[in-house]
Amino acid sequence: MTVIEVSNLQKRYGDQVAVRDVSFEVRAGEIFGIVGPNGSGKTTTVECLTGLRRPDGGTIRVLGLDPDLARAELRRSVGIQLQESQLPDRLKVWEALDLYSSFYADPADWRALMADMGLTAKRNTVFAKLSGGQKQRLSVALALVGNPRIAVLDELTTGLDPQARRDTWQLVRDVRDRGVTVVLVTHFMDEAERLCDRLAVVRAGEVVAIDTPANLIARTELPGIERPSLEDAVLALTNPPRAAA
Amino acid sequence: MNATASPDTARSGSGTRATPRRIAIRSTAKLVVTEAKLFVREPLGAFFAIVFPAALILVLGGAMPGFTEPSADVGGRLPIEVYLPITLALAIGTVALVNLLNALAADREKGVLRRLSTTPVSPVRLLGAQLVVNVSALVVGCGLALLAAWGAFRITAHPNVPGLLIAFVLGAASMVALALLVAAFTPTGRAATGLGSLVYYPMLFAAGVWTPGPLMPDAVRRVADFTPLGAASQALQDAWAGDWPRPLHLAVMVGFTVVLGGLATKLFRWS
Ligand SMILES: Nc1ncnc2c1ncn2[C@@H]1O[C@H](COP(=O)(O)OP(=O)(O)O)[C@@H](O)[C@H]1O
Ligand SMILES: [Mg+2]
Repeated sequence: MTVIEVSNLQKRYGDQVAVRDVSFEVRAGEIFGIVGPNGSGKTTTVECLTGLRRPDGGTIRVLGLDPDLARAELRRSVGIQLQESQLPDRLKVWEALDLYSSFYADPADWRALMADMGLTAKRNTVFAKLSGGQKQRLSVALALVGNPRIAVLDELTTGLDPQARRDTWQLVRDVRDRGVTVVLVTHFMDEAERLCDRLAVVRAGEVVAIDTPANLIARTELPGIERPSLEDAVLALTNPPRAAA
Repeated sequence: MNATASPDTARSGSGTRATPRRIAIRSTAKLVVTEAKLFVREPLGAFFAIVFPAALILVLGGAMPGFTEPSADVGGRLPIEVYLPITLALAIGTVALVNLLNALAADREKGVLRRLSTTPVSPVRLLGAQLVVNVSALVVGCGLALLAAWGAFRITAHPNVPGLLIAFVLGAASMVALALLVAAFTPTGRAATGLGSLVYYPMLFAAGVWTPGPLMPDAVRRVADFTPLGAASQALQDAWAGDWPRPLHLAVMVGFTVVLGGLATKLFRWS
């Protein structure tokens, strides 16, 4: 079953084109990655998915609904972890979870969620005193506290140390195992390779490939490189072809 | 739910679903309680909003020579009694341009408003909760100041109570509108705080914090009449002395509320 359909999405900021032509479909229960260099339009794309921004062109259907028209409804069934979104410095972990769970008709049990995220020991810690990884985990918890059917996670692990990144990956798998469809935006290829069932590779606001990580690697042929990595494959797709060095 | 929603929408089939109304009430109450906690966790801000007006009255009355004796400078009244409505105006200015403004600017800068717009709760509701909390703090702070003046110095005044309430509400409304406008077009928290204090001190001056009552030079007063906090202060002083606020001051406050509030609504950026 398809839960998200994007066709020919376009979005400009003034005369700056952020998204030129993006189309993809996300199936229920998968972890769908959107990868590409900084500034390639990933965040803008997911912001359009959730009605935070209005597209200039193209169509979007999320759970069969147009995010522009059914914002209220989609906010109940789509949880989003925004890139660079924080909380008030002096808000405690449990207070944030308790507050955000009160926004939904059928929320998750926030105490259980807090335990799943490994935040129980920090329940009385204020946001400003959390480590980067703990802030991210709280942010993911807030995206999940409404029991969404789709979770959109934008640059979840940027700024985390290697251990925290691996912990966060496990978290994303756990989320999927709860039956939630995950859209994961990242520019880390190891992350995309380990986590994602399928990937959309974007370059300058356009999708240049959609496939499984294994297929993306398999179809890459690079002179002089015997076993290309996903990073090689994606770089080959996102960099304009160069004359052989 | 309409027909296009997929069949597993009700996958967690709990029997007693909260009604939208109950959710709205519960979440609004939680927002207000949370904002109240955050307010008191900012000790300096909470002090200046809630304790400072009363402390100022106690210090002035207790330590300034002659402040509790009738004085010819203020037409034979007690200086402390003349200063009380000015203290209320000071409290209005502080809560609007310091507490409320800083809270709004921080929420936007940190992306709290943006995060809220991804949930079923609109950031407008957070703004409402901020207003409830800040206005409550203002009312408590002013109440304590009145109590301190009455308890420590046995001030006997015969204010025009409806006039006082009207002046207070309009004064607070116009200053809140000003704070919202400053928050609307300042890009960062730091810019909001900076511009806030740039407006704050002239406002206090217009309110007569440094030149109370009859001590304010006429020329200054004529300008002050046309500022929101200056008009509020004059209206509070008139009502405190038993008169009705003058139409000019009421018109100035209503005008600022409508114009600044309208601009703020148009210009406010949520992220
Ligand atoms: N609010 C905005 N106003 C103007 N330009 C923007 C805005 N947000 C993003 N952009 C621009 O749009 C392009 C795509 O940005 P973004 O979607 O954030 O990319 P990514 O998430 O892939 O890094 C970039 O060139 C960026 O500078
Ligand atoms: Mg981004």
